[in-house]
Formats: sequence, structure tokens, C-alpha cells
Amino acid sequence: MAELMQDRVEKLKDLDVFVYHGKIYIPNTYTAGAVGSRFLIEIRDNKKIMGTRCSTCDVVYVPARSVCKHCFSQLDKWVEVSDKGTLLTYTVAGQSNGVQPVDPPIIYGIVQLDGASTGMVHMLSEVDFEKLAIGMRVRAVFAEKRVGSILDIKYFAPL
Amino acid sequence: MAERVGIVAVAQTKYSPNRADANEGELVYEAVKQVLQETGLKFAQDGTGIDATVTCSQDFWDGRTISSCNVMSYVGHHHSDEDKVAEDSLNAVYTAFARILSGHQDVVLVATHCKESQGDKRGIENAAMDPIFLRVLGLDFLSAAALQARRYMYKYGITPYQCARVVVKNRGNAKRNPFAQEPLDLTVEDVLGSQVLASPIRRLDAKPTSDGACAMILATERKAKKLCQKPIWIEGVSNCYETHYLGDRDLAECDALVKAAKKAYKMADITDARKQVNVAEISEEYSYQELLWMEGLGLCGRGEAGKIIDSGMTQLGGQLPVNPSGGMLSGNPTVVAGMTRIAEGVLQLRGEAGERQVTGAKRALAHGFTGVCGQLQGVMILGKA
Ligand SMILES: [Zn+2]
Repeated sequence: MAELMQDRVEKLKDLDVFVYHGKIYIPNTYTAGAVGSRFLIEIRDNKKIMGTRCSTCDVVYVPARSVCKHCFSQLDKWVEVSDKGTLLTYTVAGQSNGVQPVDPPIIYGIVQLDGASTGMVHMLSEVDFEKLAIGMRVRAVFAEKRVGSILDIKYFAPL
Repeated sequence: MAERVGIVAVAQTKYSPNRADANEGELVYEAVKQVLQETGLKFAQDGTGIDATVTCSQDFWDGRTISSCNVMSYVGHHHSDEDKVAEDSLNAVYTAFARILSGHQDVVLVATHCKESQGDKRGIENAAMDPIFLRVLGLDFLSAAALQARRYMYKYGITPYQCARVVVKNRGNAKRNPFAQEPLDLTVEDVLGSQVLASPIRRLDAKPTSDGACAMILATERKAKKLCQKPIWIEGVSNCYETHYLGDRDLAECDALVKAAKKAYKMADITDARKQVNVAEISEEYSYQELLWMEGLGLCGRGEAGKIIDSGMTQLGGQLPVNPSGGMLSGNPTVVAGMTRIAEGVLQLRGEAGERQVTGAKRALAHGFTGVCGQLQGVMILGKA
């Protein structure tokens, strides 16, 4: 195979320049909002996955949200969806990026829960990489200690 | 539309994995200096020169709040009218185009830069994600793109072999482009044998880290004809956004691109893009994207892009060459890539594309995107008539 140039650092001849290594530290808070908060509370307290429904568009959004992306109406009808669903796509991400919640390789997937119109993006586990397949049935595995985070669903595992 | 808007000069730096010898301003100045020299234009407030500047850069990539602060004095912007666009730079050209159509400005400079070598790509991409439902999962654009690639390949029967052919074509085309960063002689087997980054995406399915800048000058029809012997006209342009949350989208589809393309084609009086476009420059950070975006652009039917790459139709010398420049896969920075596509389209239509020239090209398509799985899609149609 041809040598990858990206694998070497370019040698710049007679280079007389400085490179500064910096880091910006900017703490922030992110508001989950009324609808997002209720969604997270139902998972934390009741292990229930809730969506919001737009009756005009016949769409159930999971995770729940406050505005329909199709008709822009405000959503206030809550529906519980199943903790079981179908895998729409997946990847085995082998690269560490410094911000992953668990060590790679990580299986990421999008799961359409029964009763939901949208997919939920999350991780998968308890499955051999070779057995992963689009269309496979999976269930949510909840974390024992739940704090109000999307990681209160630990991952999805095969049914 | 009263007067047309023309592109009168374009310049690119050679794309490089690391330009440690130049800061952002010095890098963008290399391109700006060229378009100033080519047109003889100066910055002026009296209607005799450049009326305004639009820059394009991203704060996270430059590692500072308000990245345009970095480059102002290098783009002749001192005491002048300015705008900064923070997405793909095709949108910066769109903004400059709209400024001219407003009737208030005749000549606008557009300049973009990005030094990927200086930033933490995966961290920056993760920070673009919804903080509560996506970011905590540790997703970045690579793992998200892998979800899209898998879904697209599954739904439309696209094979890893066909994606690899895109890489072989584009890295090979890059050998003819003096601005290209990493031309490579590859085989499909080389690509399929390279390390898996996030399945099904392998190392050679992805673009390398890249530093670079691009600049161009746009002008009203009257001024364009005076400034340049071969102005290239912006015949159509549009953009369209997708939902951010990946679970809301069928990632095998690219509805935003379909809509952006339709609007740009309508503006350019294009009824059948595959017959009326002679060369396409499509931003592909990952190999599957050239195929998926071709379908979204209507250059072939849904699920047909695999057959098209197999047929050789998109090779240089084929019926519709795609990325004769070598594309993003041969090394263009994010942010800059959209303007690279436009600059290459302009060179093609001027007949100045050297060894990568598409014979007799009369109309070019340039495409750019921003964000996770192509969240913002932009399309521009260029013509020489
Ligand atoms: Zn609705």
C-alpha cells in the first residue's frame, strides 16, 4: 500500500516558529427544559420511556420534546413507549475520543422503540460484534443508580 | 434578478496536513493576496474597489470566541464592512452573493480558513452534539457518519467495495491537482484492508487532517465583465437544514440535500441535472458520502450511485466527472471545503483546471455541508455563458 502522508509529520525546513499549547476552560450549564426534564425523571424514577405525541402528524417523539418538527405545534400529549425496540443501524466505534462514557470499542446504535415514530441514539452491549444486525430486537437495560441522565439507560441489549 | 453575480477571481493554498509555519491570518492572506493581485482591486469606501468582506471560520476550530478576530487584518478588512459565516464556506459565498443582489455593494471578497492540525477534531465534533441526549454518549461525527453509512448501505445495497472505489478515484484524481494534499495510488483492496475506525468506515474511507485557505471575489455583472475576461456566473444557490437529533432522521435519506438541490436547479433553470451539469465537486468527508450526496443531488436515482461508480461514469473522462480535484478525501479542511468545491468549479469553467480539466465543461455543480451526517446542505450552480 502506498505510504500515507498523514502518518508522518511534515518536516518544514529551517522552521523558526513557536507553537503554543493551550486549553480553554469554560464551564457551562445546559437546561433540559420542562419536557426533557420530565422525560429524564420518568426514566430515573419509574424506568419508563416516555414520548410526546403530535396528533396532527401522527408522530410519537422519543426522547420526548416540546415542539413538532413537522407542523411546529406545541406538544403536550405524553405516551409511554416500550422499553423494547428494533435496531435501525449500528457501528462499532474503535477510536477513543476522550469524551466517551465507557472505554472503546463502543457499539452505538439507533433503536426504534415499539410505539415510537423516531429512533433513540444510544449504546449497545451484551452482544458479540458479529451478531449485530439491522432489524435485531433489543431492550433497554437501566442503570442501577439513576441520576436523571440519558445514561440512566445503561445500554440496549439483545432480547 | 436584475444583474447577475459573477466570480472574478479564485485562489487556494496548497492543502497541507500541518501549516505550523503560518498562523490563521497568514494562511488566509496567501489566498487573499492572489485574488487582489489578479484583479488589481483595492479596498475602498468610494465604490472603486472592494466594498465588503465575508469571512468563514469556526470558533472551536480556531480555539477562540469570535474566530474572525483572528483574520481581520489579513483580509484587508480594516475599517470596512464585514460579515462572518461560521458554517461551511459555500454559505459564505451565498451570503456575499446576497449582499451584491441587495444593490448596496458591487464587489465582495470572501475568504475562509481552517487549521484542523491545531484542534481536537473528535472533541470539537462531540461539542457540536446536543449536550443532554447525544454529547454524553461520546458520539463524534465519525461514529455518527458510521451510523449513516451502515443505514444507507443496508437500505440501498451499496457495498464497501463501491465506497472504496470512490476513494481510489478521488485519491487518484488528486495526482492531477497541484493544490491537493494527499494524492495516492490505491487499489480497492488497499482501502478495504485499512484499519476500521468505526465500522463500516475504514481509515482510507475518511479524509486526512488538513490545513488550508481559499479566497474569491464576487462582483455585479457590469463590474465582473470589467474586472475579468472570464467571469463565472452564479446561476443558482440554495441551502437546507436537517433535524439535529439523529434518531429523527432516516439516515439513509438526505431530504435536506434533495430540497436544496431542487431550489438551486430551479433558480438555474436546470430540469435534468445529470444532463445539464458537466462536472460536480461534492464534499465527501467519508467515501459513502459522495454516493449518498450524488443521489440527494439527483445526479442519479436513489440507490443507483453504487452502479454509477462501478460504471466509471464519474471518473475524469466519464460522462459526469465527480471530484476531479480529488475531493475532500484527498485533504481539504472542514469549513473551507465548500469554497474549495466552488473554486474548482470556476477553474473548470474557465478552462484553467490543467491536467484535471473536464473537456468543454459549461456548467458546474458545487456542494458543501456542515454538521453531523450532513445536517446543513448547500448547493451552488456555476455557469460560463
Ligand atoms: Zn405535528
